[in-house]
Amino acid sequence: MRVLVLFAHPAQRKSSVNVAMASGARQLGGVTFVDLYAEYPRFSIDVDREQRRLMQHDVIVFQFPLFWYSTPALLKQWQDLVLEYGFAYGPKGKTLSEKYAIACITTGGSKSDYSEEGGNRREIRNFLYPLEQTAGLCGMEYLPPFVLHSANHIDDTGAQLHIRAYPQLLAALRDDRFDLAALRQRPTFDSFDLTDLVRN
Amino acid sequence: MEGLAFYALCYLAAAVLAVIVSQRVGLGSVVGYIAAGVVIGPVFQISIAGSGYLEQFSEFGIVMMLFLIGLEIDPQMVWRLRGKLLGLGGLQVLATVGAVAAAGLALGFNWQQGLLFGFVASLSSTAIVLQTLEEKGLLKSDGGQASFAVLLFQDLAVIPMLACIPLIAGSGQGASSGHGDAALLENLPGWASAILTLAAVGVVVAAAHFLSRPVFRTIALLGLREVFTAAALLVVVGITVLMSAVGLSPALGAFLGGVVLANSEFKHELQNDIEPFKGLLLGLFFMTIGAKIDPEILLANWLTVAAATFGLIAIKALILLPLAWFFRIRGPAGWLFTLGLAQAGEFGFVLLTIGGDRGLLSPPTVSVSVLIITFSMVLTPLLFALSNRIVVMLERRGRHQRDADQPDAGTIILAGVGRFGQIVNRMLLANGYKPVVLDYRADVVDNVRKFGVKSFFGDAGRPDLLESAGLAHAALLIVAIDDPDRATEIVSYARRSNPGIQIIVRAYDRLHHYKLLDAGADRIVREMFDGSVQAAGMALEALGMHPYEVEKRKIVFVEQDTAGLARMATLVDVDTPAASNPEFVAGFNDIGKVIENAMMGYRSGYDEMVARGWNASDVGSIHVPRSGGPDRPS
Repeated sequence: MRVLVLFAHPAQRKSSVNVAMASGARQLGGVTFVDLYAEYPRFSIDVDREQRRLMQHDVIVFQFPLFWYSTPALLKQWQDLVLEYGFAYGPKGKTLSEKYAIACITTGGSKSDYSEEGGNRREIRNFLYPLEQTAGLCGMEYLPPFVLHSANHIDDTGAQLHIRAYPQLLAALRDDRFDLAALRQRPTFDSFDLTDLVRN
Repeated sequence: MEGLAFYALCYLAAAVLAVIVSQRVGLGSVVGYIAAGVVIGPVFQISIAGSGYLEQFSEFGIVMMLFLIGLEIDPQMVWRLRGKLLGLGGLQVLATVGAVAAAGLALGFNWQQGLLFGFVASLSSTAIVLQTLEEKGLLKSDGGQASFAVLLFQDLAVIPMLACIPLIAGSGQGASSGHGDAALLENLPGWASAILTLAAVGVVVAAAHFLSRPVFRTIALLGLREVFTAAALLVVVGITVLMSAVGLSPALGAFLGGVVLANSEFKHELQNDIEPFKGLLLGLFFMTIGAKIDPEILLANWLTVAAATFGLIAIKALILLPLAWFFRIRGPAGWLFTLGLAQAGEFGFVLLTIGGDRGLLSPPTVSVSVLIITFSMVLTPLLFALSNRIVVMLERRGRHQRDADQPDAGTIILAGVGRFGQIVNRMLLANGYKPVVLDYRADVVDNVRKFGVKSFFGDAGRPDLLESAGLAHAALLIVAIDDPDRATEIVSYARRSNPGIQIIVRAYDRLHHYKLLDAGADRIVREMFDGSVQAAGMALEALGMHPYEVEKRKIVFVEQDTAGLARMATLVDVDTPAASNPEFVAGFNDIGKVIENAMMGYRSGYDEMVARGWNASDVGSIHVPRSGGPDRPS
């Protein structure tokens, strides 16, 4: 499948995991990588260009750090402008149907923070529900998100594992080696789950 | 020489004094000039001594006035007003001529005299009415526009009237007064003179259309103002000579020349150059009229004069009011129209003078008629006051709809369309706003006109040009010229003359910024600042900084700099040089501390400001790659 990565991070000087993940994705052949904050530093998104990109790919990957339980501002702007009526939704807006959407996110909070008993009182998938429903309304299949928790506290081994897993995940999607049926059974997945989900 | 200087002294002194008094009392300058003429006429015997020469000279005033009226004629506006112009104006002139001529016949004058009285009475005072409407801001209102249309028609109707008087006077009479105008044509057969006459008109139109632009542009590029003035006068005098040579009215020729030049970018410049000459010469004309008034005649005929004045106003008003109603100018607009136009006008003097010369009227009759016109003009302010009264009464009764008579919303003036103003102009146009553009480079003005922008050649620093561009009623002034002192002058002049206007101005540097602030500018743009920040941002990007990081750093830099600029504003005393103002110097060292520190290498303050908002609340150990931010409340 043709894979498009839309990366949104406003403070890349402070990021290690996301920027490292991004550089892996950037170097991957056959995958289109877009740094939204670099292309649109003034938030003036080229809607036609973004829509053309969507049409030219089958899997849309949203890569971002979770900010206040949501996407960074520019990615929200991207949704507001690019997912137009008549293009992405509405009676004639069928352009995105049959495509896949997947969120690859990092959170500051730990896995236990994102549980019914934790500080955030919900699992992470619940917080991404707006994105899930957006994809649904556009006729896309929303795949379970690829999540790295405690991104601020993780040790170097865990970080490197995640950083290496990310391009593997993208390559598997690209080469149709991803076991989507198995993936659909899970609410979310992480780098440890990847070996079960990718065929060689 | 002595005699000339003496006349000039009398004339100028009387003009200045009488006009000041007359304006103060609200009667306008025309009445003042006539009064001055009445006073100095008998005392200095001006009417006898060299009066012929003076009169000929002063008739240039009329020619120039028609030239200026022609210049004012905007073909689009005439087309828009065509119904009112022909219908309202035509019916008003015809009805008034008929009614007054009939009254004349009833009073025992012959038909020729009655017709002449009708001509005189049908005209209103363009000078007084337009001036008053402009002063009251009513020119663009319904009533004002109708008045303008009728005045325009009257001004045009003067031309056939002037041609008519010799005809109705009959060829036998008054041959003595011939100015020797048609000397050139005297010995030619009829058809030849007709061809020559048409050719003269053609020459005026063609020259004004094809020749004026290159000539004026050449002169403008020379940059010699007095040559431009001379050229403007040359146009008027040239037309006069040419028209006189073929026996046509110079006024007609001047009017035609004016119409052809009305669409030229040099219109305002021509207006401003001719205007003072026209004013003075017209003043001279009115003074010679006044000088001819014999106070004894007034005393002997005061009852006739009073009765005829009120009769004249009554007849005119009774014709105007139903016409206004018929043309749907009702309520306040109708009353403004009716009472505003109820006086006789300055062209009446011209017609009477010619009628007298041709022997149509006896000198005492001319004097009495001049008195009647004068008094009807003197009463104009009272008539405007009366219309105001009626409007107030109507308003109390609530019988008319509000905002029927509002002045127009206001315009945008853009001073300077060089490299800076051009972009402002383009963006305004792209967003549907059409500014009035002023620039002193003829080629630039030419260029902008291609896009259908109203642009005028002239120095935007000249108050009269700003006024012609509509400063008094404009909503926004953008000063985009590159001369800092000029820009400051324009801002302070505009602020004084139109306190409500918004002013956006281009500043040369920091100090100029403060001067402009002091002069009354609302928004100030430092001409180099934004472009320089862009270039710096590009440099950072070229050096590998992430574009969004660059954007944030630009924003913080601009904010800090602007805040420093604002903090300093309180310390600035524009009259003291910055270097010798200790508070300013101290403050200057204080501004933009964050940026200055960053420039010295201590970047933490700047970095903190740039990165604010994406600091994680619980940053872990240093070697751990970090990502994400405050995704949970802490």
